[in-house]
Amino acid sequence: MKLKYFSAPYLVWMVIFIVVPLLMIVYFAFTTDDGNLTIKYISDVGQYANIFVRSIWLSLIATAVCLVIAYPVAFILSRMDKHKQGTMLMIVMLPMWMNFLLRTYAWMTILGNNGIINHLLNLVGLDSVKLINTSGAVVLGMVYNYLPFMILPLYSVMEKIDKSLFEASADLGCNSLSTLIRVVIPLSAPGITSGITMVFVPAISTFIISRMLGGGSNLLIGDLIEMQFLGNAYNPHLGAAISLVLMVIILVIMTVMNQFDPDEQVLM
Amino acid sequence: MENIINLKNIVVEFEDGERILKNINLDIKDKEFVTFLGPSGCGKTTTLRIIGGFLEQTSGDVFFEGKCINGLPPHKRNVNTVFQRYALFPHLNVYENIAFGLRVKKVPEKEILKRVGEMLEMVNLMGFEKRSVNRLSGGQQQRVAIARALVNHPKVLLLDEPLGALDLKLRKEMQIELRKIQQELELTFVYVTHDQEEALTMSDNIVVMNNGYIQQIGSPTDIYNEPVNAFVADFIGESNIINGSMPEDCVVEFAGKRFRCVDKGFSPDETVDVVIRPEDVKIIPAEKAQLTGKVESVVFKGVHYEMSVDSVDNNWIIHSTKACPVGSMIGMTFDPDDIHIMKKSEVD
Repeated sequence: MKLKYFSAPYLVWMVIFIVVPLLMIVYFAFTTDDGNLTIKYISDVGQYANIFVRSIWLSLIATAVCLVIAYPVAFILSRMDKHKQGTMLMIVMLPMWMNFLLRTYAWMTILGNNGIINHLLNLVGLDSVKLINTSGAVVLGMVYNYLPFMILPLYSVMEKIDKSLFEASADLGCNSLSTLIRVVIPLSAPGITSGITMVFVPAISTFIISRMLGGGSNLLIGDLIEMQFLGNAYNPHLGAAISLVLMVIILVIMTVMNQFDPDEQVLM
Repeated sequence: MENIINLKNIVVEFEDGERILKNINLDIKDKEFVTFLGPSGCGKTTTLRIIGGFLEQTSGDVFFEGKCINGLPPHKRNVNTVFQRYALFPHLNVYENIAFGLRVKKVPEKEILKRVGEMLEMVNLMGFEKRSVNRLSGGQQQRVAIARALVNHPKVLLLDEPLGALDLKLRKEMQIELRKIQQELELTFVYVTHDQEEALTMSDNIVVMNNGYIQQIGSPTDIYNEPVNAFVADFIGESNIINGSMPEDCVVEFAGKRFRCVDKGFSPDETVDVVIRPEDVKIIPAEKAQLTGKVESVVFKGVHYEMSVDSVDNNWIIHSTKACPVGSMIGMTFDPDDIHIMKKSEVD
């Protein structure tokens, strides 16, 4: 029974760093500078609907691309020899050991108008292509940065699938494709949902990737919020209101996701 | 009866050059219950996996109903398997697990309902349809695994040590039940086990394997009473195996003494394995016996006592309903037809 007192520090930690900031966001979103209640800022968020739509759209695409790339990778990983798995996992994780900013900067020099790709294109006599400052570049940045967050949960679920289940499935008449549909995908569903969560949530609220790879034309919600707190548009009330709306949107999307996964509660 | 499966010169070699199966030749008759019996690593599961299509032989041919099925993937073979640890699908309930094979074959819903119902009745799991397989006991999971395989009406059912994880009582019940199912449905069962008693209880024919070779094929009585070599004798029930020689027909010499026996046809003074079952050793007063020994230990085994007796150059195991005190000297004698003479086994 005494054990539960050991969790007290975490409770305090949670209150100070999670509950209090949340309440502060709610407070800021619904008050003016003088402390009067208002819904002005919440209704102002509507002006930025196009940015919300773009953010959701780009992060959905990035999440889908991550899933498509990560699923086979995770499956192959999970079926390798145990000792090879360790090495391969490290290679997957390796980019994450480098600074996030640095990784994104690297893409700027690769995609830039005078960057490596365009340089190579020019060398073989082709015209330069506009790569940087496009929404494609933003999606690429998201996929590159968040791919490991999709691979890892998928891998950890798939690794636990007993090999004999594939044999049982083949024994009962399934070819590889129907084994995938009837056995592998249902059994890896918890990994799919948590992978989607872990990619979608940071992708929808990122501001560095869009700023560095998207130029001024691909503002995302993250950029918008940052501008309200640190930028010229300084307006913490509006910033709080946008954050609140974003949270609600994520909450709704995750609740919908949960419907597809009856057993497992997805982290939110 | 016709053969349903023929294995011809099957060799399995792993990448590291290790030979798991060394030239297996075997005919399995239709509607028979055949058991592969042997110690772990003898190749019995490998042979089963060859038949199931989960493993490709390095050389040799597999015939199913006379047709060569080399390289045919498992899902195209008319056999089903009950796996060692059941391999039930954890995301499906009992009903869906059993229905799995039928759904893959796009059997109409009405027929699935009927056939799964029949299976549930056969394995005594009515009312468990909606239960998650994770919330079943070992014995129940076992029954689901059997139902899931049999619902597809396979010609042959392969069972890979299916009762290994169950406790003794349940195992005995399931042995009888499996045998009953096999006889009722008139199917061919190929059963893998390392438990000799299980093999003797259930089988029409037993294939004793060791070291990637088939040692002996025969009915349970044949295998028990007429083992072809010391390995089979030792593996099927406990045996006293003694080095001896055959000075002439019907006379065997071991432990420095001559005994009458019923075997003949050995070359003079050929060295042989002499096999005597523990229950065939008769205890007589030491002063009347040719062969004597000192009782080292006595263990009560329920039906009989198991005594370890130290004699000239051998340690004897004796099963008797009467116990002799530890430390006492006893005499041993044997009926001539209880002394089994075997050629020294040539296979490694």
